[in-house]
Amino acid sequence: MEISILDVLGPVMIGPSSSHTAGAAKLARAARQIVGKPFFHVKFALHGSFAETYRGHGTDQALVAGVLGLREDDERLRDSFELARKAGLGFSFTRTDLGDVHQNTVQMTFYLGESGDLATAPTQQIRGSSLGGGRILITRIDSFDTEITLEAPTILVMQKDLPGVISSVTAVLAQSGVNIGTMRVSRTARGKLACCVLEIDSPVDRSIIEEIRSMPNILHVQAVAMEEEETQYVHQH
Amino acid sequence: MYTSIESLAALSKERGQPLWQVVLEEEMAFSGAGREQVWEQLRQRYQVMRASACRALDQALPTVGNLISGVAKTHNAYASRGNSLCGPFLNRVMAMALSCSEVNASMGKICAAPTAGSCGILPAVLVGLQERDNLSTDTILEGLLVAGGIGAVITRNATVAGAEGGCQAECGVAAAMAGAAAVHLQKGTVEQMVNAVCFALMNVMGLVCDPVAGLVQVPCAQRNASQAVNALLSADLALAGMQSIIPADQVIEAMYRVGKMLPEQLRETGQGGIAATEKGREISHALFHPQV
Repeated sequence: MEISILDVLGPVMIGPSSSHTAGAAKLARAARQIVGKPFFHVKFALHGSFAETYRGHGTDQALVAGVLGLREDDERLRDSFELARKAGLGFSFTRTDLGDVHQNTVQMTFYLGESGDLATAPTQQIRGSSLGGGRILITRIDSFDTEITLEAPTILVMQKDLPGVISSVTAVLAQSGVNIGTMRVSRTARGKLACCVLEIDSPVDRSIIEEIRSMPNILHVQAVAMEEEETQYVHQH
Repeated sequence: MYTSIESLAALSKERGQPLWQVVLEEEMAFSGAGREQVWEQLRQRYQVMRASACRALDQALPTVGNLISGVAKTHNAYASRGNSLCGPFLNRVMAMALSCSEVNASMGKICAAPTAGSCGILPAVLVGLQERDNLSTDTILEGLLVAGGIGAVITRNATVAGAEGGCQAECGVAAAMAGAAAVHLQKGTVEQMVNAVCFALMNVMGLVCDPVAGLVQVPCAQRNASQAVNALLSADLALAGMQSIIPADQVIEAMYRVGKMLPEQLRETGQGGIAATEKGREISHALFHPQV
């Protein structure tokens, strides 16, 4: 059987909806890990079914819980607004129409830094969908289209679109004995910026990420492992 | 490897192993996990199931719109009275199914089995039988494996999503899984488990998904209670000796086809059935478009 019975008898989650609650929390937690640095405010733009029914399913509480780093089965999820206030994290919700995308899609704009002004703070934008049963797909990071499920540990690399950059990244991983499961590259325009998503078989050491980060033509590297322990990105007041 | 109910039952026969053991070994082969690891995962899931089946029995939990707050507590009190129609055991099972639904709607912790909307049926049947017959947790976990194997086949060959197959695919499949598990706990045969799956699905063929205001409360809570009873009565029909004249895999296929025939309004959109009644629309409007 190519389906685990633990997926049928699960997930263990906070109700009421695996797509609108558990999936939303996971999506926001994934986005927080992709951002990977402190932020003081998040704007959530909800599309489709997320926009229509978010209040009844606690999608809003789940999203805030996710960016705080709470897991999908954490009962504090329903108190996330209060937890965010205590942590000094601002948040807001709007309805939007993102066009021909999945019904349960959210666009999250992270305002980076410990604190600051929404008008001037640098931002990172992450878009993703909740596919049902708690499965998620990150479909866009800033202007890059992606297809990231985060079912396996994943490394994101933003680089200059030049010959040899990708092979130098994969060479570092190969030397460290890291096996690449899948790899997907997208770019804004030829010779400009590229985004490389590598799914690997097991989480990597921080030192490997640092090594890739120090290489020429690499702009940003982020390791994301949904099962790993969380670090605190939101500043605690 | 099994890919159907027929091949699952055949493996059990060929290997001379109980059905739960076949499911366990196939799970280990698929995931690469050891026996103890799988067992521990099941134990943790059952703990969550048991907690959610009991939590709302003596306290009402707040839910959005409070459409089902307190239903489990009220029903649990009724179950212990001597004059109910279905008797104390079935009523206690219903109360536990309602408790899971209430916990789910109040943003509490549940184990989706197979989905969050149908999370009360399997726990109510397993915990109910454990209480009544003083069964060991290991025995219950065997039942959980039986249920998981049935659920995996239906997930593979049909659907367990209300948006795809209606309520028959969520609460109906949960009843089929729980029915097979109940047969195991009653020391029935593999053939009887398979028959229980058939009866449970036949009994709900065509059931639509029509949640009021799109919330997982009404009629989801009632369906969790009724499908827990469907699981038990289907198990009893099989244990008594009734045979399904239609093979289980064909019943599952029929369920899937019926789901595809359902119009979108009756597949979790909150636009048909009970949701589309005058009162249902009123509730939806009051909750989500309040007059300022």
